[in-house]
Amino acid sequence: MSNTVSTSPRTAVSRGESQQTEKRKAALAWLTVPALFFFLVFAVVPLAGVFILSFANWDGIGSIGLAGMDNWFSVLADPGLYNALGLTFLIMIASWLVQTPISLLLGVFTAGSQRYRAALAVLYFLPLLLSSAAVAIAFKALLDPNFGLATGLGLPFLAQDWLGVPHLALGLVIFVIAWQFVPFHTLIYQGGVRQIPKSLYEAAEIDGAGTIKQFFHITLPQLKYTIITSSTLMVVGSLTYFDLIFVLTGGGPGNSTRILALDMYLRGFRANLMGPASVIAVILVVIGLALALLLQRLGGKDKQGSQLEGL
Amino acid sequence: MSTVLNTSTEEARAGSPANSAARTRGLGSRLRRLNIPAGLGGWLWLAIIIIPVYYVVITSLKTQEGYFGQNPLALPTSPTLENYQLVIEANFARYFMNSAIVTIGAVAPAVLISFMASFAIVRGSGRFLKVVNGMFLMGLAIPLQATIIPIYLMIIRLNLYDSLLALILPSIAFAIPLTVLILSNFIRDVPNELFESMRLDGCSEWQIMWRLALPLTRPAIVTVAIYNGLHVWNGFLLPLVLTQSPDLRVLPLALWTFQGEYSVNIPAVLASVMLSTLPILVLYVVGRRQLLSGLTAGFSK
Repeated sequence: MSNTVSTSPRTAVSRGESQQTEKRKAALAWLTVPALFFFLVFAVVPLAGVFILSFANWDGIGSIGLAGMDNWFSVLADPGLYNALGLTFLIMIASWLVQTPISLLLGVFTAGSQRYRAALAVLYFLPLLLSSAAVAIAFKALLDPNFGLATGLGLPFLAQDWLGVPHLALGLVIFVIAWQFVPFHTLIYQGGVRQIPKSLYEAAEIDGAGTIKQFFHITLPQLKYTIITSSTLMVVGSLTYFDLIFVLTGGGPGNSTRILALDMYLRGFRANLMGPASVIAVILVVIGLALALLLQRLGGKDKQGSQLEGL
Repeated sequence: MSTVLNTSTEEARAGSPANSAARTRGLGSRLRRLNIPAGLGGWLWLAIIIIPVYYVVITSLKTQEGYFGQNPLALPTSPTLENYQLVIEANFARYFMNSAIVTIGAVAPAVLISFMASFAIVRGSGRFLKVVNGMFLMGLAIPLQATIIPIYLMIIRLNLYDSLLALILPSIAFAIPLTVLILSNFIRDVPNELFESMRLDGCSEWQIMWRLALPLTRPAIVTVAIYNGLHVWNGFLLPLVLTQSPDLRVLPLALWTFQGEYSVNIPAVLASVMLSTLPILVLYVVGRRQLLSGLTAGFSK
């Protein structure tokens, strides 16, 4: 399917169109109305709403009052915010550092044509099927010091109080996130690797480049846009690891895994402080947008054109 | 894509060493040299993935005594389905139905309206469509979970709180950006000549959409349907915030509450995990190729 991308000339579309077809093309705009309606009502309006609510007083049940800048001042003065911010970025960076190399290597690995690799790949993707709630519950059982993996494998160092010690809980969260999300990124890299033209490897082969050289000089550079796509999804997605952490640790022990999304939920729906929770939500949105823009900028603008450059 | 790749290497392997030496050297030797460390890494990762899955499967078949008495990774000595029975009696059929209703109710309209929008974005022109497309693309970058508080407020004001519709409506909106991106990438791949020839035959854009674009986009539609279905099926935050009655629980939420109630009965908790995943597993077995290959089509460009 994707092979046809390069052959269909984009430029021919805009050339030599009559006025009638222009009209016809503009009329197509109607087809976007249903999607636009849903997106406006349940995504754009809430997005605006969250800004407005960040200046409001609301307990989630009663009437909504004006709070002015109070929510912002109180949240910005709250050390809890900086704890949550720090944890969010820590988990984001750690997740990227753990998941990107593994996914990339597994992507290259599963893109190979050997039978056993295809068979392994089928199993690799199993975590994609599980809900975060299911994954969290499974790992909670698995980490039971007496009836879990530690006893099963006879590895006493696994018998820790994983959910009771802050840095262990944090490490666990990063590991379980990787367990759940590496398969998805592996899939992305696998697709990326399969799109690399075989001729590049054949040429390298003739030049006498070995496997490792080929990996660093062909595979990696050719995967540049795949890396950016995967990283964008990973980084922006890491802002929303809510359900997994909620079920796994509930933000604890103490506040040691209370990331921004969880902080928002707990402030809003547990402490009934919707105003301050909305402030957190606004911060989440701003961080998400900023990161996405930054990563796109890193990738350069002419995304479509340059990937197949020089072929 | 993958089939093409497989057959070409299959040929290379099957060919006699004399005349296909060059081709075998091209692909074969490169992969053979990678084999050992890559293979080791591959099997290691398999262990990391499969041990937790294995543990869940076998533990869900154990009795309480087996759970407390046996080695945790040993096969159950007397496998039992009583945990499953317990879970099913805890109203899981109801939760299953709720999940199915929400998933189908959200995915079908989401894919349909996204397809129409994608067709317009690819085939049409004008500032309006550009703005709409830009907006959907921006939706990809926004963590939509952050909008949960206003959505909660809106759902209350619309008198939809604690209903399945409350879960369906925002799920549709959340699915649109990615669905439009993937579908429009696919429609863009349709050679322009096909559209032109249908137009010369006097078809309207509406007819072109249903008779040409839809059949050609079918693999992508199946893909995004499965992808979105998975997300809605596994969604946790919306049900957590927007519903309350036990009767309206969807599976992930039911899992969570079940885990709270039966925290001493781990085999039963893990049976509930198994039961909630089973339908997706069946889907994976049936539609794996479509799910996996399509997912990358949207992202790996």
